[in-house]
Amino acid sequence: MNKRIFLDPLFKNNPVSILALGICSALAVTVRLQPALVMALSVTLVTGFSELILSMLRKTVPNRIRIIVQLVVVAALVILVDQILKAFAWQTSRQLSVFVGLIITNCIIMGRIEAFALSNKPFPSFVDGIANGLGYGIILVAVSFFRELFGSGTLMGYPVIPEQWYVANGGFYENNGLFILPPMALIVVGLIVWVFNAKNEKKAWKK
Amino acid sequence: MDNGKRNGNLYTFLYAAIMVIVVAALLAVVSQILRPRQVANKTQETQRTILRSVHLEGAAYRKYIRDTVAGPQHLPLFICTLEDGTRKYIIPLEGKGLWGSIRGYLALNDDFSTVYGAVFDHDAETPGLGAEISRTSFSDPFRGKSLYRGEQFVSISVLKPGKAGDNPNAVDGISGGTLTSRGVENMIRESLEPYLPFLKHYE
Repeated sequence: MNKRIFLDPLFKNNPVSILALGICSALAVTVRLQPALVMALSVTLVTGFSELILSMLRKTVPNRIRIIVQLVVVAALVILVDQILKAFAWQTSRQLSVFVGLIITNCIIMGRIEAFALSNKPFPSFVDGIANGLGYGIILVAVSFFRELFGSGTLMGYPVIPEQWYVANGGFYENNGLFILPPMALIVVGLIVWVFNAKNEKKAWKK
Repeated sequence: MDNGKRNGNLYTFLYAAIMVIVVAALLAVVSQILRPRQVANKTQETQRTILRSVHLEGAAYRKYIRDTVAGPQHLPLFICTLEDGTRKYIIPLEGKGLWGSIRGYLALNDDFSTVYGAVFDHDAETPGLGAEISRTSFSDPFRGKSLYRGEQFVSISVLKPGKAGDNPNAVDGISGGTLTSRGVENMIRESLEPYLPFLKHYE
């Protein structure tokens, strides 16, 4: 049971590609790999712990202010992550700038709390949160891999395209500026969604 | 807990109140604990940036740089004394880019005209385009450029890439980052202007 809760969100029910949640930030922080990794980690922690906390509180939360309670818990966790990054990973927190704060608006978190944590026990909820965060992370890393490689010719900040290939050095290659801009993120995410769905459909057909 | 009680007004109010107090207290405590580290990070970053503008990356800040103020308006100024005794005057810059604020430091030789070094940073410029102003490939060419043409203050223009050539008052901008480049140009002129009367008569 727990194994399925963990594995489903990674591929079969991936929050970004299948459930179409969290697309907004997948477009914003995927220009380079490193911030994307930190973002994925931050979101994973926030989804995991907010689902854990809200699942523990689920029997006490007044129905009418349910969403507000969820928001307060998520916002508090996001502020914690932001503060900790500022204290211990200053450079990265500067790169992520406003996007850490915007984790609050990541639809995956609220979506999973409503759909899962409020009707399940704490431990499975925690697993569900972590798994959904990781599922989101997989997409983020995949998108930023292509965007950094083709857009800047680097990976994790290290140049991977040989210097002499560049037109400036008499070569034939030039970085593709479009990859750095948001529209290309949408296209890459679109392609990944396509691949995921095509795979899932094939399985469905076989059955 | 049964549903009737869970939906009562009093319960809802109390729940909200207690939740807010608990969360606020928690965040306040965390913020207090982490503040010293965050402030230290911030100061360190500023000092590192100032050192970079005089090509002393990683050096001890206190050893080279003296913080001071210039003129009656108390404009911030940093004076750097190099190993050989020459002085560089570092002026903080602040301006607007395309999406948010941009800033930097400009180090001048003691003729108050020739640029010794420059660093730039930004809040939210487009990565890969305007954001490239924070790279050395953009800031290095400022070295040796001049703020004056004859006696006239002309600042430093940021031109289209490839247009600057040997022009002593211009550098190449960033292709695809025209608006940010223009922001840098305006920032330099506007930030330096209040310093001009003071710098001319300095010693």
